[in-house]
Amino acid sequence: MKTDMTVDDLLKQQGAWLAPGEDSGIVVSSRARLARNLKESAFPGWAGEEECERILAEILPAVEACAALQPCFVLNMSALDPLDKQILFERHLVSREHAERGRGSALVARRDETIAIMVNEEDHLRLQAIRPGLGVREAWQVIDAVDSEIEKTIRYAFSPKLGYLTACPTNVGTGLRASVMVHVPGLVLMNEINPIIKGVSKIGLAVRGLWGEGTEAIGNMFQISNQISLGEKEERIVGSIEQIVLEIVEHEKNARERLMEKKGSVVRDHVGRAYGILSHAHILSSKEALDLLSGLRLGLDLGILKAKNRQAVDALLLTTQPGHLQKTQGRKLRTRDRDLARAQRVRQQLVRAGVGMVEEKKKE
Amino acid sequence: MLCESCNEREATVHLTQVVEGSVKKIHLCEECAAKSGLDLQGPISITDILLGMGGGKVDSMAEDRSCARCHLRRSDFKKTGRLGCPSCYETFASELAPLVKAMHRSEQHTGKVPAGESLRVRMTAAVAVLQQQLEQAVAAEDYETAARLRDQIAGWRSKAAEDAKQP
Repeated sequence: MKTDMTVDDLLKQQGAWLAPGEDSGIVVSSRARLARNLKESAFPGWAGEEECERILAEILPAVEACAALQPCFVLNMSALDPLDKQILFERHLVSREHAERGRGSALVARRDETIAIMVNEEDHLRLQAIRPGLGVREAWQVIDAVDSEIEKTIRYAFSPKLGYLTACPTNVGTGLRASVMVHVPGLVLMNEINPIIKGVSKIGLAVRGLWGEGTEAIGNMFQISNQISLGEKEERIVGSIEQIVLEIVEHEKNARERLMEKKGSVVRDHVGRAYGILSHAHILSSKEALDLLSGLRLGLDLGILKAKNRQAVDALLLTTQPGHLQKTQGRKLRTRDRDLARAQRVRQQLVRAGVGMVEEKKKE
Repeated sequence: MLCESCNEREATVHLTQVVEGSVKKIHLCEECAAKSGLDLQGPISITDILLGMGGGKVDSMAEDRSCARCHLRRSDFKKTGRLGCPSCYETFASELAPLVKAMHRSEQHTGKVPAGESLRVRMTAAVAVLQQQLEQAVAAEDYETAARLRDQIAGWRSKAAEDAKQP
Protein backbone atom coordinates (compact mmCIF):
# COMPACT_ATOMS: atom_id res chain seq x y z
CA MET A 1 0.00 0.00 0.00
CA LYS A 2 1.39 3.34 -1.04
CA THR A 3 0.90 6.10 1.50
CA ASP A 4 1.40 9.85 1.43
CA MET A 5 4.51 11.06 3.12
CA THR A 6 6.33 14.35 2.85
CA VAL A 7 9.87 15.20 3.83
CA ASP A 8 8.34 17.22 6.70
CA ASP A 9 6.73 14.03 8.01
CA LEU A 10 10.11 12.32 8.05
CA LEU A 11 11.41 14.88 10.53
CA LYS A 12 8.86 13.70 13.08
CA GLN A 13 10.58 10.33 13.32
CA GLN A 14 14.07 9.28 14.25
CA GLY A 15 16.25 8.10 11.34
CA ALA A 16 16.38 4.31 10.93
CA TRP A 17 20.11 4.27 11.60
CA LEU A 18 19.78 6.03 14.94
CA ALA A 19 17.55 3.59 16.78
CA PRO A 20 19.43 1.88 19.61
CA GLY A 21 21.00 -1.39 18.51
CA GLU A 22 23.38 -3.94 19.91
CA ASP A 23 26.69 -2.40 20.94
CA SER A 24 25.26 0.90 19.67
CA GLY A 25 27.91 2.91 21.48
CA ILE A 26 30.56 1.63 19.10
CA VAL A 27 28.67 0.19 16.12
CA VAL A 28 26.28 2.91 15.01
CA SER A 29 24.54 1.28 12.05
CA SER A 30 24.76 -1.32 9.28
CA ARG A 31 23.67 -1.21 5.67
CA ALA A 32 23.42 -3.50 2.66
CA ARG A 33 22.74 -2.26 -0.84
CA LEU A 34 22.23 -4.04 -4.14
CA ALA A 35 22.75 -2.53 -7.60
CA ARG A 36 20.36 -3.85 -10.24
CA ASN A 37 19.51 -2.94 -13.83
CA LEU A 38 16.87 -3.74 -16.41
CA LYS A 39 17.98 -6.11 -19.15
CA GLU A 40 16.76 -4.08 -22.07
CA SER A 41 17.47 -0.45 -21.16
CA ALA A 42 20.38 1.98 -21.19
CA PHE A 43 21.83 2.82 -17.77
CA PRO A 44 20.38 6.03 -16.24
CA GLY A 45 23.51 8.15 -16.77
CA TRP A 46 23.48 7.43 -20.50
CA ALA A 47 19.73 7.14 -21.10
CA GLY A 48 18.60 10.77 -21.04
CA GLU A 49 15.63 12.17 -19.13
CA GLU A 50 12.82 10.89 -21.32
CA GLU A 51 14.15 7.35 -21.35
CA CYS A 52 14.62 7.55 -17.56
CA GLU A 53 10.97 8.55 -17.17
CA ARG A 54 9.91 5.55 -19.21
CA ILE A 55 12.15 3.27 -17.12
CA LEU A 56 10.78 4.78 -13.90
CA ALA A 57 7.22 4.13 -15.09
CA GLU A 58 8.17 0.52 -15.81
CA ILE A 59 9.91 -0.06 -12.47
CA LEU A 60 7.62 1.79 -10.09
CA PRO A 61 4.62 -0.62 -10.06
CA ALA A 62 6.88 -3.62 -9.33
CA VAL A 63 8.67 -1.82 -6.51
CA GLU A 64 5.57 -0.27 -4.95
CA ALA A 65 3.89 -3.68 -4.81
CA CYS A 66 6.76 -5.26 -2.90
CA ALA A 67 5.34 -6.72 0.34
CA ALA A 68 8.47 -6.19 2.45
CA LEU A 69 8.32 -2.49 1.65
CA GLN A 70 4.88 -1.87 3.13
CA PRO A 71 3.73 0.65 4.10
CA CYS A 72 5.79 2.63 1.61
CA PHE A 73 5.99 6.12 0.17
CA VAL A 74 7.26 7.47 -3.15
CA LEU A 75 9.02 10.78 -3.74
CA ASN A 76 9.85 11.97 -7.25
CA MET A 77 13.20 13.74 -7.25
CA SER A 78 11.85 16.36 -9.67
CA ALA A 79 9.20 17.40 -7.14
CA LEU A 80 11.67 18.12 -4.34
CA ASP A 81 13.52 21.34 -3.57
CA PRO A 82 17.25 21.30 -2.71
CA LEU A 83 16.55 21.45 1.03
CA ASP A 84 14.24 18.41 0.93
CA LYS A 85 16.90 16.51 -1.01
CA GLN A 86 19.52 17.50 1.53
CA ILE A 87 17.31 16.05 4.29
CA LEU A 88 16.97 12.74 2.43
CA PHE A 89 20.74 12.68 1.99
CA GLU A 90 21.43 13.37 5.65
CA ARG A 91 19.04 10.55 6.60
CA HIS A 92 20.98 8.16 4.32
CA LEU A 93 17.87 7.60 2.19
CA VAL A 94 19.50 8.87 -1.00
CA SER A 95 23.10 9.34 -2.13
CA ARG A 96 24.66 12.69 -2.99
CA GLU A 97 24.47 11.68 -6.67
CA HIS A 98 20.76 10.86 -6.42
CA ALA A 99 20.02 14.14 -4.66
CA GLU A 100 21.30 15.96 -7.74
CA ARG A 101 18.91 14.13 -10.04
CA GLY A 102 15.49 15.38 -11.16
CA ARG A 103 13.07 14.11 -13.82
CA GLY A 104 12.93 10.35 -14.15
CA SER A 105 14.43 9.58 -10.73
CA ALA A 106 12.61 8.67 -7.54
CA LEU A 107 12.92 7.35 -4.02
CA VAL A 108 10.65 4.55 -2.81
CA ALA A 109 11.01 3.77 0.88
CA ARG A 110 9.36 2.05 3.76
CA ARG A 111 7.72 4.58 6.08
CA ASP A 112 10.05 3.58 8.92
CA GLU A 113 13.06 4.29 6.62
CA THR A 114 14.57 0.82 7.11
CA ILE A 115 14.36 0.08 3.38
CA ALA A 116 15.07 2.67 0.70
CA ILE A 117 15.10 2.15 -3.05
CA MET A 118 16.63 4.70 -5.38
CA VAL A 119 15.26 4.44 -8.89
CA ASN A 120 17.57 5.74 -11.63
CA GLU A 121 20.59 6.73 -9.63
CA GLU A 122 23.77 5.40 -11.24
CA ASP A 123 21.92 2.13 -11.80
CA HIS A 124 18.22 1.59 -12.49
CA LEU A 125 17.75 0.22 -8.99
CA ARG A 126 19.72 0.69 -5.83
CA LEU A 127 18.08 -1.32 -3.07
CA GLN A 128 19.16 -0.54 0.48
CA ALA A 129 18.33 -1.90 3.91
CA ILE A 130 19.59 -0.22 7.04
CA ARG A 131 19.77 -1.55 10.60
CA PRO A 132 20.88 0.08 13.83
CA GLY A 133 23.97 -1.37 15.51
CA LEU A 134 25.69 -4.43 14.08
CA GLY A 135 23.04 -5.88 11.79
CA VAL A 136 24.74 -6.20 8.44
CA ARG A 137 23.61 -9.83 8.07
CA GLU A 138 19.98 -8.95 8.77
CA ALA A 139 20.25 -5.99 6.40
CA TRP A 140 21.46 -8.34 3.66
CA GLN A 141 18.66 -10.83 4.35
CA VAL A 142 16.02 -8.09 4.22
CA ILE A 143 17.29 -6.64 0.95
CA ASP A 144 17.80 -10.10 -0.56
CA ALA A 145 14.10 -10.80 0.03
CA VAL A 146 13.08 -7.46 -1.52
CA ASP A 147 15.30 -8.21 -4.52
CA SER A 148 13.84 -11.70 -4.99
CA GLU A 149 10.35 -10.24 -4.96
CA ILE A 150 11.16 -7.55 -7.52
CA GLU A 151 12.89 -10.00 -9.89
CA LYS A 152 9.61 -11.89 -10.26
CA THR A 153 8.30 -8.94 -12.27
CA ILE A 154 11.45 -7.28 -13.62
CA ARG A 155 14.00 -8.96 -15.87
CA TYR A 156 17.43 -7.97 -14.57
CA ALA A 157 20.59 -7.58 -16.65
CA PHE A 158 22.60 -10.64 -15.65
CA SER A 159 25.51 -12.56 -17.13
CA PRO A 160 26.50 -16.03 -15.89
CA LYS A 161 30.13 -14.89 -15.84
CA LEU A 162 29.97 -11.32 -14.52
CA GLY A 163 26.77 -11.66 -12.48
CA TYR A 164 24.51 -8.62 -12.17
CA LEU A 165 25.60 -6.00 -14.71
CA THR A 166 26.01 -2.44 -13.46
CA ALA A 167 26.79 0.97 -14.96
CA CYS A 168 30.18 0.98 -13.28
CA PRO A 169 32.32 -2.19 -13.48
CA THR A 170 33.29 -1.71 -9.81
CA ASN A 171 29.84 -3.02 -8.82
CA VAL A 172 29.38 -6.04 -11.10
CA GLY A 173 28.90 -9.51 -9.70
CA THR A 174 26.74 -9.47 -6.62
CA GLY A 175 26.10 -5.71 -6.88
CA LEU A 176 26.39 -5.83 -3.11
CA ARG A 177 27.95 -3.22 -0.92
CA ALA A 178 27.71 -4.00 2.77
CA SER A 179 28.83 -1.32 5.17
CA VAL A 180 29.01 -0.70 8.89
CA MET A 181 29.48 2.61 10.64
CA VAL A 182 31.63 2.56 13.76
CA HIS A 183 32.39 5.21 16.37
CA VAL A 184 35.94 4.62 17.61
CA PRO A 185 37.20 7.57 19.68
CA GLY A 186 39.31 5.23 21.83
CA LEU A 187 41.39 4.08 18.88
CA VAL A 188 41.76 7.65 17.63
CA LEU A 189 42.81 8.97 21.06
CA MET A 190 45.30 6.13 21.45
CA ASN A 191 46.71 6.82 17.94
CA GLU A 192 45.88 3.27 16.92
CA ILE A 193 43.42 3.95 14.14
CA ASN A 194 45.87 4.26 11.23
CA PRO A 195 47.30 0.74 11.41
CA ILE A 196 43.73 -0.54 11.59
CA ILE A 197 42.67 1.43 8.52
CA LYS A 198 45.74 0.12 6.68
CA GLY A 199 45.06 -3.46 7.73
CA VAL A 200 41.40 -3.25 6.71
CA SER A 201 42.33 -1.83 3.29
CA LYS A 202 44.78 -4.67 2.76
CA ILE A 203 42.09 -7.30 2.92
CA GLY A 204 40.01 -5.58 0.26
CA LEU A 205 37.70 -3.53 2.46
CA ALA A 206 37.34 0.25 2.29
CA VAL A 207 37.26 2.74 5.13
CA ARG A 208 35.39 5.96 4.51
CA GLY A 209 33.84 8.90 6.33
CA LEU A 210 30.36 9.23 7.77
CA TRP A 211 28.49 10.00 4.55
CA GLY A 212 30.23 7.51 2.29
CA GLU A 213 32.38 7.93 -0.76
CA GLY A 214 34.63 10.97 -0.78
CA THR A 215 33.64 12.16 2.67
CA GLU A 216 35.99 12.87 5.51
CA ALA A 217 35.94 10.97 8.77
CA ILE A 218 34.63 13.44 11.30
CA GLY A 219 33.50 12.85 14.83
CA ASN A 220 35.61 9.67 14.97
CA MET A 221 33.06 7.88 12.77
CA PHE A 222 34.24 5.50 10.09
CA GLN A 223 32.37 3.44 7.54
CA ILE A 224 33.76 0.04 6.66
CA SER A 225 32.59 -1.59 3.44
CA ASN A 226 33.55 -4.18 0.85
CA GLN A 227 35.34 -3.01 -2.31
CA ILE A 228 35.08 -6.28 -4.16
CA SER A 229 31.67 -7.39 -5.39
CA LEU A 230 32.60 -10.11 -7.88
CA GLY A 231 33.85 -13.62 -7.14
CA GLU A 232 32.58 -14.06 -3.61
CA LYS A 233 29.19 -15.16 -2.40
CA GLU A 234 27.02 -12.53 -0.70
CA GLU A 235 27.07 -14.38 2.64
CA ARG A 236 30.84 -14.39 2.58
CA ILE A 237 31.11 -10.68 1.82
CA VAL A 238 28.73 -9.93 4.68
CA GLY A 239 30.49 -12.41 6.95
CA SER A 240 33.93 -10.89 6.46
CA ILE A 241 32.63 -7.37 7.17
CA GLU A 242 30.90 -8.65 10.30
CA GLN A 243 34.05 -10.40 11.48
CA ILE A 244 36.26 -7.34 10.93
CA VAL A 245 33.78 -5.09 12.72
CA LEU A 246 33.67 -7.43 15.72
CA GLU A 247 37.46 -7.28 15.82
CA ILE A 248 37.43 -3.48 15.64
CA VAL A 249 34.86 -3.39 18.47
CA GLU A 250 37.21 -5.51 20.60
CA HIS A 251 40.14 -3.22 19.76
CA GLU A 252 38.06 -0.17 20.62
CA LYS A 253 36.91 -1.63 23.94
CA ASN A 254 40.48 -2.54 24.73
CA ALA A 255 41.72 0.95 23.79
CA ARG A 256 39.05 2.51 26.02
CA GLU A 257 40.09 0.33 28.96
CA ARG A 258 43.74 1.24 28.57
CA LEU A 259 42.81 4.89 28.15
CA MET A 260 40.93 4.90 31.45
CA GLU A 261 43.73 3.03 33.18
CA LYS A 262 46.64 5.12 31.95
CA LYS A 263 45.10 8.45 31.11
CA GLY A 264 41.89 8.53 33.16
CA SER A 265 42.12 12.21 33.96
CA VAL A 266 42.90 13.09 30.32
CA VAL A 267 39.78 11.24 29.17
CA ARG A 268 37.64 12.87 31.89
CA ASP A 269 39.00 16.24 30.83
CA HIS A 270 38.30 15.49 27.14
CA VAL A 271 34.73 14.40 27.92
CA GLY A 272 34.13 17.23 30.38
CA ARG A 273 35.31 19.85 27.90
CA ALA A 274 33.12 18.41 25.14
CA TYR A 275 30.12 18.50 27.51
CA GLY A 276 31.03 22.00 28.72
CA ILE A 277 31.31 23.48 25.24
CA LEU A 278 28.22 21.73 23.89
CA SER A 279 26.07 22.85 26.81
CA HIS A 280 27.25 26.47 26.78
CA ALA A 281 28.42 27.39 23.28
CA HIS A 282 26.44 29.85 21.18
CA ILE A 283 28.19 29.24 17.88
CA LEU A 284 28.86 25.69 16.67
CA SER A 285 30.01 24.59 13.23
CA SER A 286 28.82 21.26 11.90
CA LYS A 287 32.28 19.69 12.21
CA GLU A 288 32.88 21.03 15.71
CA ALA A 289 29.50 19.73 16.84
CA LEU A 290 30.19 16.22 15.50
CA ASP A 291 33.66 16.16 17.04
CA LEU A 292 32.35 17.24 20.44
CA LEU A 293 29.36 14.88 20.25
CA SER A 294 31.89 12.12 19.80
CA GLY A 295 33.47 13.09 23.15
CA LEU A 296 30.04 13.29 24.74
CA ARG A 297 29.03 9.84 23.49
CA LEU A 298 32.33 8.40 24.70
CA GLY A 299 31.64 9.91 28.12
CA LEU A 300 28.21 8.28 28.19
CA ASP A 301 29.63 4.90 27.12
CA LEU A 302 32.29 5.07 29.83
CA GLY A 303 29.95 6.25 32.58
CA ILE A 304 31.76 9.57 32.98
CA LEU A 305 28.51 11.21 31.92
CA LYS A 306 24.95 10.10 32.50
CA ALA A 307 21.80 10.76 30.49
CA LYS A 308 18.15 10.11 31.27
CA ASN A 309 17.53 9.73 27.55
CA ARG A 310 20.52 8.50 25.56
CA GLN A 311 18.56 8.39 22.31
CA ALA A 312 17.92 12.12 22.54
CA VAL A 313 21.69 12.65 22.58
CA ASP A 314 22.29 10.38 19.58
CA ALA A 315 19.50 12.15 17.69
CA LEU A 316 21.72 15.24 17.63
CA LEU A 317 24.02 13.49 15.13
CA LEU A 318 21.21 13.98 12.64
CA THR A 319 19.32 17.04 13.82
CA THR A 320 22.42 19.26 13.89
CA GLN A 321 23.06 18.63 10.18
CA PRO A 322 22.56 21.69 7.94
CA GLY A 323 19.45 20.42 6.15
CA HIS A 324 17.64 19.33 9.31
CA LEU A 325 18.46 22.60 11.06
CA GLN A 326 17.09 24.70 8.24
CA LYS A 327 13.99 22.57 7.78
CA THR A 328 12.99 22.87 11.43
CA GLN A 329 13.69 26.60 11.38
CA GLY A 330 11.45 26.74 8.33
CA ARG A 331 13.84 28.79 6.22
CA LYS A 332 17.20 28.82 4.48
CA LEU A 333 19.96 29.93 6.83
CA ARG A 334 23.39 31.31 6.09
CA THR A 335 26.33 29.45 7.59
CA ARG A 336 26.65 31.88 10.49
CA ASP A 337 22.95 31.65 11.36
CA ARG A 338 23.10 27.89 11.10
CA ASP A 339 25.94 27.81 13.62
CA LEU A 340 23.84 29.90 16.02
CA ALA A 341 20.77 27.70 15.53
CA ARG A 342 22.87 24.55 15.93
CA ALA A 343 24.36 25.69 19.25
CA GLN A 344 20.90 26.58 20.54
CA ARG A 345 19.47 23.22 19.54
CA VAL A 346 22.33 21.35 21.20
CA ARG A 347 21.99 23.34 24.45
CA GLN A 348 18.25 22.70 24.65
CA GLN A 349 18.51 19.05 23.70
CA LEU A 350 21.17 18.28 26.30
CA VAL A 351 18.88 19.68 29.00
CA ARG A 352 15.97 17.67 27.58
CA ALA A 353 18.08 14.49 27.51
CA GLY A 354 19.05 15.08 31.15
CA VAL A 355 22.80 14.91 30.57
CA GLY A 356 25.08 15.48 33.55
CA MET A 357 28.51 14.60 34.93
CA VAL A 358 28.86 11.56 37.19
CA GLU A 359 30.89 12.41 40.26
CA GLU A 360 34.16 10.52 40.35
CA LYS A 361 34.32 8.10 43.24
CA LYS A 362 37.02 9.04 45.72
CA LYS A 363 39.68 6.38 46.05
CA GLU A 364 40.01 5.10 49.63
CA MET B 1 52.52 26.46 2.72
CA LEU B 2 53.69 28.13 -0.49
CA CYS B 3 53.31 26.70 -3.98
CA GLU B 4 56.37 24.68 -4.95
CA SER B 5 56.22 25.93 -8.50
CA CYS B 6 55.85 29.74 -8.21
CA ASN B 7 56.74 30.14 -4.53
CA GLU B 8 54.29 33.03 -4.37
CA ARG B 9 50.77 31.86 -3.80
CA GLU B 10 49.35 29.59 -1.11
CA ALA B 11 49.43 25.90 -2.11
CA THR B 12 45.91 24.49 -2.11
CA VAL B 13 46.42 21.46 -4.36
CA HIS B 14 48.18 18.58 -2.69
CA LEU B 15 49.11 15.67 -4.88
CA THR B 16 50.46 12.33 -3.90
CA GLN B 17 52.20 10.48 -6.70
CA VAL B 18 53.83 7.13 -6.77
CA VAL B 19 56.95 7.39 -8.92
CA GLU B 20 58.93 4.21 -9.41
CA GLY B 21 57.62 2.76 -6.21
CA SER B 22 58.33 5.73 -3.95
CA VAL B 23 55.65 8.14 -2.74
CA LYS B 24 56.19 11.77 -3.68
CA LYS B 25 54.11 14.70 -2.42
CA ILE B 26 53.67 17.85 -4.49
CA HIS B 27 52.07 21.08 -3.26
CA LEU B 28 50.83 23.60 -5.82
CA CYS B 29 48.60 26.65 -6.03
CA GLU B 30 45.51 26.35 -8.20
CA GLU B 31 46.98 28.44 -11.02
CA CYS B 32 50.17 26.44 -11.36
CA ALA B 33 48.22 23.19 -11.05
CA ALA B 34 45.95 24.26 -13.90
CA LYS B 35 49.01 25.28 -15.97
CA SER B 36 50.57 21.88 -15.52
CA GLY B 37 47.46 20.38 -17.01
CA LEU B 38 45.94 18.84 -13.91
CA ASP B 39 42.21 18.40 -14.10
CA LEU B 40 40.94 19.49 -10.70
CA GLN B 41 37.26 19.15 -11.48
CA GLY B 42 36.64 15.45 -11.29
CA PRO B 43 38.24 12.87 -9.09
CA ILE B 44 40.58 10.57 -11.00
CA SER B 45 38.64 7.45 -11.87
CA ILE B 46 40.10 3.98 -11.67
CA THR B 47 39.28 3.50 -15.36
CA ASP B 48 41.56 6.43 -16.22
CA ILE B 49 44.37 4.72 -14.45
CA LEU B 50 43.72 1.23 -15.74
CA LEU B 51 42.66 2.07 -19.27
CA GLY B 52 45.44 4.62 -19.40
CA MET B 53 47.98 1.88 -18.93
CA GLY B 54 49.14 0.77 -22.35
CA GLY B 55 46.01 2.25 -23.81
CA GLY B 56 47.99 4.62 -26.04
CA LYS B 57 48.39 1.95 -28.68
CA VAL B 58 44.67 1.60 -29.21
CA ASP B 59 44.11 5.36 -29.15
CA SER B 60 46.73 6.05 -31.79
CA MET B 61 45.00 3.62 -34.11
CA ALA B 62 41.96 5.85 -33.66
CA GLU B 63 39.90 2.80 -32.98
CA ASP B 64 36.98 4.26 -31.09
CA ARG B 65 34.46 1.47 -31.28
CA SER B 66 30.90 2.04 -30.12
CA CYS B 67 28.16 -0.17 -28.70
CA ALA B 68 25.69 -1.20 -31.39
CA ARG B 69 22.84 -1.06 -28.89
CA CYS B 70 23.34 2.24 -27.06
CA HIS B 71 26.07 3.93 -29.19
CA LEU B 72 28.37 4.59 -26.23
CA ARG B 73 31.93 4.93 -27.52
CA ARG B 74 35.03 3.52 -25.91
CA SER B 75 36.20 7.11 -25.35
CA ASP B 76 32.93 7.92 -23.53
CA PHE B 77 33.56 5.07 -21.13
CA LYS B 78 37.14 6.18 -20.62
CA LYS B 79 35.94 9.69 -19.78
CA THR B 80 33.17 8.79 -17.33
CA GLY B 81 34.05 5.30 -16.11
CA ARG B 82 30.42 4.35 -16.69
CA LEU B 83 29.03 2.01 -19.34
CA GLY B 84 25.97 2.82 -21.44
CA CYS B 85 23.89 -0.34 -21.25
CA PRO B 86 24.16 -4.04 -20.33
CA SER B 87 25.27 -4.87 -23.90
CA CYS B 88 28.37 -2.70 -23.46
CA TYR B 89 29.80 -5.55 -21.40
CA GLU B 90 29.91 -7.62 -24.60
CA THR B 91 30.98 -4.79 -26.88
CA PHE B 92 33.94 -3.85 -24.71
CA ALA B 93 34.62 -7.31 -23.30
CA SER B 94 38.32 -7.26 -24.25
CA GLU B 95 38.96 -3.91 -22.52
CA LEU B 96 36.80 -4.75 -19.53
CA ALA B 97 38.30 -8.16 -18.73
CA PRO B 98 41.64 -6.88 -17.30
CA LEU B 99 39.84 -3.96 -15.64
CA VAL B 100 37.36 -6.22 -13.86
CA LYS B 101 40.10 -8.60 -12.83
CA ALA B 102 42.20 -5.78 -11.36
CA MET B 103 39.23 -4.40 -9.45
CA HIS B 104 37.81 -7.63 -8.09
CA ARG B 105 40.71 -10.09 -8.23
CA SER B 106 38.24 -12.47 -9.86
CA GLU B 107 36.52 -13.02 -13.19
CA GLN B 108 33.65 -15.27 -12.22
CA HIS B 109 30.44 -14.45 -10.35
CA THR B 110 29.63 -17.02 -7.66
CA GLY B 111 26.72 -15.34 -5.88
CA LYS B 112 22.98 -14.99 -6.33
CA VAL B 113 21.34 -15.85 -9.66
CA PRO B 114 17.87 -14.53 -10.56
CA ALA B 115 15.35 -17.36 -10.18
CA GLY B 116 13.77 -16.45 -13.51
CA GLU B 117 16.97 -16.98 -15.54
CA SER B 118 17.07 -19.82 -18.07
CA LEU B 119 18.33 -23.23 -17.00
CA ARG B 120 21.42 -22.75 -19.16
CA VAL B 121 22.36 -19.53 -17.32
CA ARG B 122 21.67 -21.05 -13.91
CA MET B 123 23.72 -24.10 -14.88
CA THR B 124 26.69 -22.00 -16.02
CA ALA B 125 26.66 -20.03 -12.77
CA ALA B 126 26.25 -23.11 -10.57
CA VAL B 127 28.99 -25.02 -12.38
CA ALA B 128 31.37 -22.06 -11.97
CA VAL B 129 30.92 -22.22 -8.19
CA LEU B 130 31.25 -26.01 -8.07
CA GLN B 131 34.34 -25.88 -10.28
CA GLN B 132 35.98 -23.49 -7.80
CA GLN B 133 35.15 -25.80 -4.89
CA LEU B 134 36.40 -28.75 -6.88
CA GLU B 135 39.78 -27.10 -7.45
CA GLN B 136 40.03 -26.37 -3.72
CA ALA B 137 39.12 -29.94 -2.84
CA VAL B 138 41.71 -31.34 -5.22
CA ALA B 139 44.35 -28.97 -3.87
CA ALA B 140 43.51 -30.17 -0.35
CA GLU B 141 43.65 -33.79 -1.56
CA ASP B 142 40.08 -34.27 -0.36
CA TYR B 143 39.14 -36.69 -3.14
CA GLU B 144 35.87 -37.79 -1.59
CA THR B 145 34.51 -34.25 -1.77
CA ALA B 146 36.05 -33.81 -5.22
CA ALA B 147 34.20 -36.85 -6.54
CA ARG B 148 30.92 -35.61 -5.10
CA LEU B 149 31.44 -32.19 -6.70
CA ARG B 150 32.28 -33.77 -10.04
CA ASP B 151 29.00 -35.69 -9.92
CA GLN B 152 27.10 -32.51 -9.17
CA ILE B 153 28.71 -30.74 -12.12
CA ALA B 154 27.85 -33.66 -14.41
CA GLY B 155 24.30 -33.59 -13.06
CA TRP B 156 23.85 -29.91 -13.96
CA ARG B 157 25.33 -30.44 -17.42
CA SER B 158 23.11 -33.38 -18.33
CA LYS B 159 20.04 -31.54 -17.02
CA ALA B 160 20.88 -28.56 -19.22
CA ALA B 161 21.61 -30.80 -22.21
CA GLU B 162 18.25 -32.56 -21.84
CA ASP B 163 16.52 -29.22 -21.53
CA ALA B 164 18.20 -28.02 -24.74
CA LYS B 165 16.77 -31.01 -26.62
CA GLN B 166 13.22 -30.00 -25.75
CA PRO B 167 11.62 -27.98 -28.53
